[in-house]
Amino acid sequence: MNVNAFSERYKKLNIYLLNSRFKNIWKYRWLYLFMLPGILFFIIFRYAPMWGVVMAFQNYRPHLGILGSEWVGFAHFERFFSLPDFWMLFRNTLLLAIYDLVIFFPLTIILALMLNEITREWFKRSIQTIVYIPYFLSWVVIVGITHLLLSTEGGLINEIIHYFRGETVSFLTSTDWFRPLIIMQMIWKDAGWGTIIFLAALTGVNPQLYEAAKMDGANRLRMIWHITLPAIRNIIIILMILRLGNFLDLGFEQIFLMVNSLNREVGEVFDTYVYRVGLVQGQFSYSAAVGLFKGVVGLILVLGADKIAKKSGEEGIF
Amino acid sequence: MVHNPKLSERLFDAFNYFLLAIFSILCIAPFIYVIVASFSETNTAIPSGFTLDAYYYIFTTNTFVRSLGVSAYITILGTFLSIIVTTLMAYGLSFKGVPGRRIIMLAVVFTMIFNGGMIPTYIVVRSLGMIDTYWALMLPNLVMAFYLIIMRGFFQNIPNELIESAKIDGAHDIVVLFRIVLPLSMPVIAAISLFYAVGIWNQYFGAVMYINSPEKWPVQVVLRQVIILATGNIGDESSMDADSSFVGQSVQMAVVVVSIIPILMVYPFIQKHFAKGMLLGSVKG
Repeated sequence: MNVNAFSERYKKLNIYLLNSRFKNIWKYRWLYLFMLPGILFFIIFRYAPMWGVVMAFQNYRPHLGILGSEWVGFAHFERFFSLPDFWMLFRNTLLLAIYDLVIFFPLTIILALMLNEITREWFKRSIQTIVYIPYFLSWVVIVGITHLLLSTEGGLINEIIHYFRGETVSFLTSTDWFRPLIIMQMIWKDAGWGTIIFLAALTGVNPQLYEAAKMDGANRLRMIWHITLPAIRNIIIILMILRLGNFLDLGFEQIFLMVNSLNREVGEVFDTYVYRVGLVQGQFSYSAAVGLFKGVVGLILVLGADKIAKKSGEEGIF
Repeated sequence: MVHNPKLSERLFDAFNYFLLAIFSILCIAPFIYVIVASFSETNTAIPSGFTLDAYYYIFTTNTFVRSLGVSAYITILGTFLSIIVTTLMAYGLSFKGVPGRRIIMLAVVFTMIFNGGMIPTYIVVRSLGMIDTYWALMLPNLVMAFYLIIMRGFFQNIPNELIESAKIDGAHDIVVLFRIVLPLSMPVIAAISLFYAVGIWNQYFGAVMYINSPEKWPVQVVLRQVIILATGNIGDESSMDADSSFVGQSVQMAVVVVSIIPILMVYPFIQKHFAKGMLLGSVKG
């Protein structure tokens, strides 16, 4: 047995492995063909833009392209961080996100728990059918209805306020009302829909647990606390992590439609700013830098929350 | 102290039913108000009388009718394309043995938590020459990662023996997909088609970014002109200057009603599939 013979066998083995892998791929050739359009979509519309973020480090000129444009390092980021508007945008984005997490999110859980306690099937069904509907309407419609109801000129709610108090409230242009309105619209549109996944998870709870608790003399609230909530704890945590990362994207259309020159101080967020300086004023590189900053903040939030969840013994998302 | 479980139980229930009823009324009341007000004879906050004038007005104006047409076109075509591409990809990803499947899945999930952002995406769409075309309203969101994962989960729940035995009988992958997998997956396909359709019908910002010509505007953009800016004149362009830029409130209401009718029409048919379709898939996802 010499070295030569060994390497000969090794080669054969290698060829065999290559062949079998190729055979495997060949065996699934139709499945790859099926997946091809989808994969192309992800490459072109999801990954190509990720490569495009390098323009945040350039002075991007459309006619020169990404390869030809001049590199400027972190200049755009420095400009953005030193802007007085930076803190305004940071505060507005973060505050809306926190409102979302501490008001909207718990509310969907409470709503799901309440629906779960309903024993009359027809009542539960009807409520669900109704509260899901607003989810399917566009933000333009939701914001439009808000305008129709709250406008100081002929809005129903302002007419009522006027009738009782003799004055009107300028909801749509006031800085005090912006955040409450945003969160109320979110609840109106999405809270009902948000319950669907919790309710599904709750159908899997073993009814014997409730029987046993009843024997021990637990009342309804105790059963919710000790049986129902722990049953959906995993899903709560997963959804919370995902929402935490997405909230910077969520609500963009809504905020874009609600913000105006009078409430800009509390309403402008990273995305609306990116749109204004990027597409309206044509400062591609600068606003790509702002967008990248936002994306990185979102990514850090998800990964951080996932870490914390895992450290405390939960499953996390990865 | 004697605890009375019966009374507390009944109080709990009464309270629960009451609050849920209130919440659902609050959800639906604004729409009922808008529908009623769209038939109002007067342009005041409190509706009175009955007339179809507002509807007559919006259906005799080119801009609004045309935008409805644009939205219907991109919704039907876009949903069709989306569901085909998503189904095929989800089907391919549902087989455990396919080499590279894990990497593709990871790449898909990663796009859920990080994206290139608005400007780089805009540059990509522009460099593909899709600015001011309907493709820009359909292709950039052709596949939603979340729906893809739900569908894949659903396909994975289909018993493998079913597929294996068909293959032993000599059925091709295409035959297996269309004859066995798809008929079993109608609930999830119906639900996800609705989600795609609603997403395209409701999209507003995509059109703001990518569509420059007013005659290509989908309905949401026109809606915003008419109700939020309240400056829009939805009459023909030729009359734009002649008419002052005021649109009556009942017309605004009617515009909202017409734009949500397509959704309210398909909703009851697909609603029963939500829970089943969504969750069977996502639990495993």
